[in-house]
Amino acid sequence: MSQRKSAPLALWFLSIGALIVLWFLCAWYAQSRALPNPLQVANAIMAEARTGELFFHLGATLARVVAAFVLAMTIGSVIGIVLGRSDTLNMIFDPWVILFLNIPALVVIVLSYIWFGLNEVTAVVAVAVNKIPNVIVTIREGAKSLEPQFAEMAQVFHFSKWKLMRHVVIPQLQPYFAGATRSGIALIWKIVLVVELLGRSNGVGFQIHLYFQLFDVATILAYTLVFVAVMLLVEYLLLQPLEKYSRRWRGSHA
Amino acid sequence: MLEVDIASKRFDSSEGVSLEVLRDLSFTCESNSFTSIVGPSGCGKTTTLRCILGLDTDFEGTVSTSQLNTGIENISAVFQEPRLLPWRTVEQNVGLVLNNPNPPELTSLFTALGLNEHRDFYPNELSLGLARRVSLARAFSVKPAVLILDEPFVSLDEETAARQRQLLMKVWSARACTALMVTHNLSEAIELSDRILLFSGSPSSVSGEFTIPIKREHRDRDTIARFKGEILELQQSLKR
Repeated sequence: MSQRKSAPLALWFLSIGALIVLWFLCAWYAQSRALPNPLQVANAIMAEARTGELFFHLGATLARVVAAFVLAMTIGSVIGIVLGRSDTLNMIFDPWVILFLNIPALVVIVLSYIWFGLNEVTAVVAVAVNKIPNVIVTIREGAKSLEPQFAEMAQVFHFSKWKLMRHVVIPQLQPYFAGATRSGIALIWKIVLVVELLGRSNGVGFQIHLYFQLFDVATILAYTLVFVAVMLLVEYLLLQPLEKYSRRWRGSHA
Repeated sequence: MLEVDIASKRFDSSEGVSLEVLRDLSFTCESNSFTSIVGPSGCGKTTTLRCILGLDTDFEGTVSTSQLNTGIENISAVFQEPRLLPWRTVEQNVGLVLNNPNPPELTSLFTALGLNEHRDFYPNELSLGLARRVSLARAFSVKPAVLILDEPFVSLDEETAARQRQLLMKVWSARACTALMVTHNLSEAIELSDRILLFSGSPSSVSGEFTIPIKREHRDRDTIARFKGEILELQQSLKR
């Protein structure tokens, strides 16, 4: 078991190492301020960390990601389940979903700021609105393919609405929730940066905008890499263990 | 008691063709009796059960279950496939159908069905025979007035099926209810039932019935074979 696990881990380090070496070579060849080498970026990270700026802006962005994610998943799941269970409602609202799915994130953000003002709530809602159609489409797919056998069993045994939701419907949607979560977090944090760039005075997006004006590529990369690292931690320490837990019943040792 | 009176049940195909599967289907199951429905496949046996269970309400006629003391409709089912929620353990699957998820009687039910050691297993970790027993436990746990069984022993090897039948009889005798079972296995019906209803025709209805005149404990292989012969003869004479 440990051997099977350590091989991919070694490969992972090798792969990341190769990327860093490649980056070094490119930076050495370019010899330009526009492409700092990994060491310079590491120094930029240390400098931002020492002043505390890094953690302040990282925290601001992370808070927005979490808020927008929760909002988008909740609203998107409810609408997705409703549309998946009702053909009539789905026929009526499907064009809306397609419309919202195709509105560029930038348009939603700009219009939200114009209509609702440059504030925190608008920023979070604008990000959520961008993600909601994706959640709807994924969850709707799941809700369409619910097993009728379980619904019939629940009907015969007089399950309450709540019991049906919690024990029959939501567990069947678990793979779809996992899919929406994974694609959702990746999408949301990218949109949060745009929201910050356009109308917030803190966060990773704001800092990237600032250092863009100063043409400080090392610090731009510093913020980017640290945030990517945070998202990787979320994936490995939160999402994957959660998913493993929710799939525990699939194992078979009979 | 269970009274079934279905005047007509049709299925409409997407091309607008309507097929009548049941017509003038009428029978009564006495309280705490065990009745089996036997008939060729596709003769509407499962459809009848679905109408009784309220899973199909699109038919002309009535189904009524009345119990002398409560009057509450309390009908339970063992489906052909166990239909256990794979993400819930054995104990949770049974507990979920109850308002009080862990009544003391549950242990005696699990013990009677030999499931005590499997309470914390997930359905995927069980053999089909065990999963079927959990499904039986679930059906009995609600203390039903009427119990519907749809081929509860199909696709089990004969040895396992025989053992499951004994378990069913043990649990059913201790927790009396009106049982109605669909099966295509005539010997199985003879072994378990008080009365056998023969379904046939298209649209189908009850074409004949056969009451097993001797007590269950006296039904051995020879008597079952003899009754089987009689019922097959009856079936032949009904065809003419």
